[in-house]
Amino acid sequence: MVEAEPVGPHHTPLREQFEALGQQREADTLGMWVFLSTEILFFGGVITSYMIYRSLFAPAFHIGSGHLDLVSGTAMTVILLASSFTMALSVHAAEHGLRRRLMLCLALTLVLGLAFLGLKAHEYYHVYQERLVPGSRFHLEGPHAREVQLFMMHYFIMTGMHALHMIIGAGMLIFLITYAARNTYKNYTVEICGLYWHFVDIVWLFLFPLLYLFELRTR
Amino acid sequence: MSTHPHLHRDDPKDYLHCEYGIRSWLFTTDHKRIAILYLVSITLMFFVGGAFATLVRLELITPQSDLLQPETYNRMFTMHGIVMVWFFLIPSIPAVLGNFLIPMMVGARDLAFPRINLLSWWLFTASGVFVLITIFIGGVDTGWTFYTPFSTFYSNSYAVAAALAIFINGFSTILTGLNFIVTVHTMRAPGMTWLRLPLFVWSNYATAVIMVLATPVLAITLLLVGIERVFRVGIFDPALGGDPILFQHLFWFYSHPAVYIMILPGMGVVSELVTAFSRKRIFGYHFVAFASMAIALFGFLVWGHHLFVSGQSLYAGLVFSLLSYLVAVPSAIKVFNWTATLYKGSVLLATPMLYALAFIGLFTMGGLTGLFVAALGVDVHVHDTYFVVAHFHYIMVGGMVTAYMGGLHFWWPKISGRMYPEGWAKIAAGLIFFGFNLTFFPQFVLGYLGMPRRYATYPPEFQVWNVLSTAGASILAVGYVVPLFYLFWSMRYGKIAPRNPWRASGLEWEEADSPPIKHNFEEVPTVTKEAYHYHEGVRLG
Repeated sequence: MVEAEPVGPHHTPLREQFEALGQQREADTLGMWVFLSTEILFFGGVITSYMIYRSLFAPAFHIGSGHLDLVSGTAMTVILLASSFTMALSVHAAEHGLRRRLMLCLALTLVLGLAFLGLKAHEYYHVYQERLVPGSRFHLEGPHAREVQLFMMHYFIMTGMHALHMIIGAGMLIFLITYAARNTYKNYTVEICGLYWHFVDIVWLFLFPLLYLFELRTR
Repeated sequence: MSTHPHLHRDDPKDYLHCEYGIRSWLFTTDHKRIAILYLVSITLMFFVGGAFATLVRLELITPQSDLLQPETYNRMFTMHGIVMVWFFLIPSIPAVLGNFLIPMMVGARDLAFPRINLLSWWLFTASGVFVLITIFIGGVDTGWTFYTPFSTFYSNSYAVAAALAIFINGFSTILTGLNFIVTVHTMRAPGMTWLRLPLFVWSNYATAVIMVLATPVLAITLLLVGIERVFRVGIFDPALGGDPILFQHLFWFYSHPAVYIMILPGMGVVSELVTAFSRKRIFGYHFVAFASMAIALFGFLVWGHHLFVSGQSLYAGLVFSLLSYLVAVPSAIKVFNWTATLYKGSVLLATPMLYALAFIGLFTMGGLTGLFVAALGVDVHVHDTYFVVAHFHYIMVGGMVTAYMGGLHFWWPKISGRMYPEGWAKIAAGLIFFGFNLTFFPQFVLGYLGMPRRYATYPPEFQVWNVLSTAGASILAVGYVVPLFYLFWSMRYGKIAPRNPWRASGLEWEEADSPPIKHNFEEVPTVTKEAYHYHEGVRLG
């Protein structure tokens, strides 16, 4: 459909269903927003479930939260916020046609995203070593053990879903970097991918206090 | 590959004949061809679901369990529900008629994202394959609602396979909804303001909003069920501190709005049919349009009426009951406005109009009995009885399937370029109307007398009503098979359809050929008139 078109940093081919570039951009952007609204409800379901159990079993969830590493969780939050900043810089660079800066900022975003995933993987390993992964190997002494398992289950589902979205986002960044290197990027695609990246960050900004900051309130 | 995308529009050949070969269908991005792909897929699934219903009705001729073992019977009604809800009703009007018509009705060459549209169909097909595999390895016996902890711990059937099928199916629905929303917002032709949109577009827009906002909750809920079942950990299991009622809340937070996915598009079809065959502008356009949005909104606030006897608090029950009554208001507005449109119209009783009139009557019955079950006290009496079964079949089959049949006949000349045989079509419509009522009216009686749903056996005094119901189902089955034959027949032998055989308003009739060219219009039309401008005369095209 568009392969034969000339390419360049500001060139965005018009797909055949659209009348004008402005319309295409509007449609693509709205498409991402609608998709993100779906995502809110997707995470909303499991967050609701978590909130209900947290209010039902506050002591157990307190214990569960205590087994998570607050320092590592805080570090992950800082890293993600920084990656949102570099993503915003990428969008700015793309809009102004600053290709080298675009590549640099996208690469930084990717590195920060991967650093987040690395810390997450480390944390999973830590939980695994403590035998807190729900299932037959789960082992914890104390009266609330069964509800702690419920906490860990929600921890894995919520952060697992989030990590999956991060991995998809990282893949997206790799594509954007390749396009930027070949000088074939569309100037608003970066912005649309940015919307997704920021959304995934915002999800984490809900998950972090819900899962990690249980302890602080009672200190 | 053309270097200039607009060259396609000069191609004089219609969308059915512009390309040939299986690949030109399976990998098409033309919304009209994708609509045909959906039409074929869901017709297949309709008859699969119908086969399960047939077995259920045959088993219920006698009070004992003789044709099917109770375990098999449980799988039959479950698979009937799963196939009909997710593989026929939800995609029916949106994915077939909506896909075909929405771009044309708003004056666009295609949906906003044609390739995502194709992806929707492929996801639907993948999920369909999964559900067929589930059937062949033995099916599911949990009921289409997958209530926990039965579905997660005790059922010996293939709940995970079925949940996976529905999970994938959900993404197909979400992507269709996303495409419709973006198309209606950004692809309208010059002059096509929001308040000039045909009501079919309004109702599908409202449907799309529900698809996008409700379906992800089902996805995460089924994911939780799958995780609990596979890893044997407690989320909804009381033995591990989980709460089965939470499952019901999450499930119905999706599934009650999903009921409106299964009726709103039908209402859109009926608005088109009633105006076209009364030759009048719709009575109260704004009210009908905004009633669709109101139903979509209220639909998210009433899920708790499925939990009246599940252990939900009485106060929650009272609020949900009250909110459920609220849904009756926009629904009644629509029925009154259709009726008022008929008043002093020049009514033509062609087949689509017969279906539209049947819809109005049957939907009214389904809706009014909905008020019975929304009342806390009455619901305790009829909960989980055949009264509920009859109620939702009056909406789903009497409403949605009837509207789908009406819409399919109405737009068949546009889709196929041929007229269907009117005589046969009227006979089929009559069989469906009579067969439907004979099948489901006795079930109201049975339910009120106390026959519970989902049992293979029943006390002998209920037999006469069950035999009547099964007799009706056999007439209904004939009524659904007949159109399959004559619609196929008409594709080759039917009278060639003119551009606007019904002299109906709307861009798809006035500005597009029958069948339309690949990009729908020779050039994008400019809209200068309101919808349903029958009083000004309609351009025949």
